[in-house]
Amino acid sequence: MDVFKSFRNAQGGETRVLDDIDLDIRKGEFFSLLGPSGCGKTTLLRILAGFEQPDAGAVLIGGRDMTGVPPNLRPVNTVFQSYALFPHLSVFDNVAFGLRQKGIGGAALRDRVGRAMETVRIGDFGTRKPDNLSGGQRQRVALARAIVNEPEVLLLDEPLSALDLKLRKELQVELSNLQETLGMTFVFVTHDQEEALVMSDRIAVMNRGRVEQLGKAEDLYERPRTAFVANFLGQSNLIPGKVQEVGPGGAVVMTDHGPLRTVYGADLNVGREVMLSIRPEKLRMERDDETEGNEVRARVDDIVYTGAENQYLLEANGQRLVAFQLNSDIGADEDFDYEEEVALYLPPASLVILEEG
Amino acid sequence: MTRRTHPALSAWAWLVYGFLYLPILVLIIFSFNDSKFGATWAGFTTKWYGVLLAREDVREAVTNTLLVALSSTLISTVLGTLVGLGLWRYSSRFRLPLTFLLVTPIVIPDVVMGVSLLMFYSLVRGGLELTGWTFENGFWTVMFAHVTFQISYVALTVRSRLAGYDRSLEEAARDLGASSVQSFLRVILPLALPGVLAGALLAFTLSLDDFVVTYFTSGSGFRTLPVLIYTSVKKGVTPDINALSTLLVLFTVIAIIAANAIMRPRAGRGGEA
Repeated sequence: MDVFKSFRNAQGGETRVLDDIDLDIRKGEFFSLLGPSGCGKTTLLRILAGFEQPDAGAVLIGGRDMTGVPPNLRPVNTVFQSYALFPHLSVFDNVAFGLRQKGIGGAALRDRVGRAMETVRIGDFGTRKPDNLSGGQRQRVALARAIVNEPEVLLLDEPLSALDLKLRKELQVELSNLQETLGMTFVFVTHDQEEALVMSDRIAVMNRGRVEQLGKAEDLYERPRTAFVANFLGQSNLIPGKVQEVGPGGAVVMTDHGPLRTVYGADLNVGREVMLSIRPEKLRMERDDETEGNEVRARVDDIVYTGAENQYLLEANGQRLVAFQLNSDIGADEDFDYEEEVALYLPPASLVILEEG
Repeated sequence: MTRRTHPALSAWAWLVYGFLYLPILVLIIFSFNDSKFGATWAGFTTKWYGVLLAREDVREAVTNTLLVALSSTLISTVLGTLVGLGLWRYSSRFRLPLTFLLVTPIVIPDVVMGVSLLMFYSLVRGGLELTGWTFENGFWTVMFAHVTFQISYVALTVRSRLAGYDRSLEEAARDLGASSVQSFLRVILPLALPGVLAGALLAFTLSLDDFVVTYFTSGSGFRTLPVLIYTSVKKGVTPDINALSTLLVLFTVIAIIAANAIMRPRAGRGGEA
């Protein structure tokens, strides 16, 4: 059974924290809510948990209407950003809290708590108090405390944001492995686009209380629908233009750089103003222009060395463009210099047409 | 290695502590003085403690004091704990004014508290007489007067005890299947308990040795220990009153030490009152 919820929510007079959200989260998937702070993703999570109520609309979990049901009666558990471990209870008692609440005790309790603690590799910490644990260990306790209840949906509110980079990368992998092993539905809130791309089956990119785009990581990255998505997930070059020609193989868009061909936009009307988007790593920098068109003359303004790649800031017909070139030793002579005039090739398959300008 | 303190500094410290505690020390010493008149030392005795216990008015005052202290502490602990929890739990724009209103009874002069409570009680009495009811100043008026200033101490102690804890703890409990009552009993109350107990002990000692407010609200027939001591001293300081005062000091000190001991485990996390 699918996990489904849809609601319109208007809060605090003029500003809508969440506006007309309609999401259908599938059973057993790793679903991420990604967006900048203040976009409403945490509010949405809290509505799923039952800590807040939508002003309008309904929340359905496993087909059952959960709107207005208090948090203790919902088949969901939350991993809090602050962990919220009970400081007066040992690790074991923290993990056992939910099961004891359901009246489970004795050997069954010990067995299930023990297994949950093994799963997140804190088997030896049972008697410790949360105050005597490191950040990563607390995170694991918070996780064990939630999954031991075998909820239909596990809600995770930026659970990795307080950890340092190395530990965060480790736990990203562990979390997505855990989700696969348990087959549990995870709803993961994050503002870290890389985290979302690495871990999720599907991502909802949120902005100002709305879902901008919903899809798999590759879809969002390769075919962003709005300028916000194009720039929140990675970086993009945005080129404004007007549709000049439309054919079955795509459209030709007239820009400041001349006509550019794209494989998209076969259904657009001629004369429409559009915004083209292309990822910096998909631009090909060349010394001489003798290819099949879709080329832009540009000059190297600045070079940023980041290790794995060189980032070129380019000036082309009064517009700022960015191109990333892999720092490969093959063809080391292909590094470009400051002020050098280059030709940029924009592959038609990488030129995406955004829905709005 | 301890650093040596400058002799002048330690002399000054002795002077300050001497100034604070010498009068009490003198009082305690003279409660063991075998002489009917305070000024000269005439040998060690404990007979004044016996005299004290034999006095009917002292026994009655002790009973009154304990009854008032116990019942006012019970009421103020329940109410004050709820106020403290509320201040911790809700972030409202009234939080600052509410905290200010809580501190007021602590800093306001006792005399003002006493006079205002006296006026309040006579106003209430005036209103009640219209319906044919009335009451005398005595146990109830003193007890509720004590509750008014005790609540502040309990609330502030409970709030500072909880100050270091994340408010999402309660949400975590709800999330794990606890109703709001269960999450209060299993998570919030255990965390607040040391603050509640410390606040209660503080409230108890405040009630035990309150004189001014009690004097104004007790009427003529009802006397607590501090009031009894005051009225006795008006007739001249006698050694049995010294003994009585010594006992009062002893009870207060024990309660304060206990309150501190209860709060101490949280000292490292900034929860000290």
